[in-house]
Amino acid sequence: MQHTAVSGVNETQYDDAITKLFVTASVVWVVVGLLVGVWIALEIAWWPANLGLPWTTFGRLRPLHTNAVIFAFAGNVCFFGIYYSLQRLLKTRMYSDLLSRLHFWGWQLIIVAAAVTLPLGLTESKEYAELIWPIDVLITVVWVIFAVNFFGTIAIRKVKHLYVAIWFYMSFVITIAVLHIVNSLAIPASLTRSYPIYGGMTDGLVQWWYGHNAVGFLLTTPFLGLMYYFLPRIAERPVYSYRLSIVHFWALVFLYIWAGPHHLLYSALPEWAQTLGMVFSIMLLAPSWGGMLNGLLTLRGAWDRVRTDPVLKFLVVAVSFYGMSTFEGPMMSIRAVNSLSHFTNWTIGHVHSGALGWVGMISFGILYWVVPRLWRRPLAYPQWATTHFWLATIGIVLYTVSMWAAGLTEGLEWRAFDDAGQLKYPNFVDIVHQLAPFYWLRLLGGLLYFTGVLMMAWNFLRTVHGPAGTPAPAAVAAAR
Amino acid sequence: MSEPTERGYTATHRTLEGKSAVFAVFVTVVILIGGMVEIIPMFSAATGPEVLPGVTPYTPLEVAGRDIYIREGCYLCHSQMIRPMRAEVLRYGEWTRAGEYAYDHPFLLGSRRMGPDLQRVGGKYPDAWHYEHMRDPRSTSPGSVMPAYSWLHRQSYDPAEIQASLRALKTAGVPYTDAQIADAPQAIARQAQDIVGRLAQAGISSQPDKEIVAVIAYLQRLGKDGRAAIAAGLTAGGASPGVGGTSP
Repeated sequence: MQHTAVSGVNETQYDDAITKLFVTASVVWVVVGLLVGVWIALEIAWWPANLGLPWTTFGRLRPLHTNAVIFAFAGNVCFFGIYYSLQRLLKTRMYSDLLSRLHFWGWQLIIVAAAVTLPLGLTESKEYAELIWPIDVLITVVWVIFAVNFFGTIAIRKVKHLYVAIWFYMSFVITIAVLHIVNSLAIPASLTRSYPIYGGMTDGLVQWWYGHNAVGFLLTTPFLGLMYYFLPRIAERPVYSYRLSIVHFWALVFLYIWAGPHHLLYSALPEWAQTLGMVFSIMLLAPSWGGMLNGLLTLRGAWDRVRTDPVLKFLVVAVSFYGMSTFEGPMMSIRAVNSLSHFTNWTIGHVHSGALGWVGMISFGILYWVVPRLWRRPLAYPQWATTHFWLATIGIVLYTVSMWAAGLTEGLEWRAFDDAGQLKYPNFVDIVHQLAPFYWLRLLGGLLYFTGVLMMAWNFLRTVHGPAGTPAPAAVAAAR
Repeated sequence: MSEPTERGYTATHRTLEGKSAVFAVFVTVVILIGGMVEIIPMFSAATGPEVLPGVTPYTPLEVAGRDIYIREGCYLCHSQMIRPMRAEVLRYGEWTRAGEYAYDHPFLLGSRRMGPDLQRVGGKYPDAWHYEHMRDPRSTSPGSVMPAYSWLHRQSYDPAEIQASLRALKTAGVPYTDAQIADAPQAIARQAQDIVGRLAQAGISSQPDKEIVAVIAYLQRLGKDGRAAIAAGLTAGGASPGVGGTSP
């Protein structure tokens, strides 16, 4: 297939130094983001872990966790994947090395600013859009730099047709800009405090239009783009269906944007908006599974290698988790189901099956493939990659199963009645206490997942800084 | 690895893939439609959120308390959204009407109930209960897993900052008058003194400028206007259908 990724042209024309920077940042920030995640999981299971300090309470660290894993880890993964693949797909160097560097350092500056301000309690309170307005301005500037570099590279391309991965990247670059700007419009009261121009339910709708599509266009479409580039390359098979990629791309980007109101079912949002959110969420199942099937069927004829190749193991499980969480999401958007699941740990479990299962696993798979190639060294401990895979998989299962159980428990007990028609559990804290075992199980799952990531980070560190002098190309192939 | 045979829409799409600017415009149009259809009608009286007469903006001290509520991330464990279901109405009170949020910049519905909903917590407990609860949650709610917020009892709020907040909120559309903003320090002092007085009756000595006083003012306000308006039958559907209402 002509528009499948082609290698073999002069690789030296590409700027791989920028890719290496983003790879390094991805690995650093995933360790930080997961460490904070494990810590706040402990705080929920055992409140004294809040430490009695303002800066370490759950209310301040939770946004730090979500921002670190979404924008620092997943964001940097998107960027390294795009910088690596865009140049190769278009057979040209990035439009401007300077813009690439400004993008990299600007993005890391944003992350550091977030890591400082959020524990200080400087927040706008909108989920995944907590950062205060000066940082919002900085995000806009850095995003424009990235967009100019991205479209500039497309403009100077040496390949006429844009490969499917680039369609997905394009939707990411455009949509995140629109979402960020519209949702962040606010009136400053001081350098660190501002109030959104929208109020009440309108603010709620704008926020969840943003929030759901941060999931859609930061944690889904760019990663589908990465899947379309890396999966065929690694599996050495052409994409299963070109037609399917066209249909599911346009359906996905059109439908996703409508689904936000499913976060506000049974709220005071006007009924018509709630219904639109539910209906479009259910329809979203079709293009989501179109992507999953196109990914899994691309592996036809390569399944024997999944047994032995940890990279393919990660990718297969990632795409499977994508399928599972995009089935669960539409189901939870059905009003009757949502009446049980909303406000409970079920939502937390759902998010993490997507985040740990889809985003995390596909990122790790690509990292294990790309690091030996970029640094031209064999992986220091190839067998550790398989151990990491199993730790991560078992960790996700423990996490989601415990959160399902916790969510169902609290959801059912909140609305349980006794024979007299009164609340069976009128004291809220009685229900909270029944969740403790699930919280400890979740913490164990998170720790397993985190341990796998620490092994990966150490593996990469030893690969990059380990004993030099090993012959590169053959060993690279062996390490796959 | 041969060129796929293309007919119909795949051939058209193949042409589109060669025109990157047109492709980008198509993507932009396609992703804008849904958001515009959903968001723009929210600004129209006919299709937007229901208005509830009798709901008034927060007082300056309550604004300060709300800012602290945001700073500490209270909304990450406590929702402010009572759903129209029998169990919720029994546990928390009247289900939430859109008009109650009219002056909420930002909205604070929350997405997770680690602790109970707070939409109608106003007036549910005495001021002293909140004072003690924030100092040591387990002293008032045995078995609570909430962290203690003892620094609220030591740190002070700044009336000048609150005035700046009121000005920004006014620009954002909250109908504060210039006179109200100018009078804010006095209004803050009066409301804080009331709370300190009630705390003193319960045997608690607190300075009026402490953050805990602002937080108490905010929490005691929550849901009050809405409750009164609903009781007076000011909602579009009249009085609430109550516990027999919309239930899944």
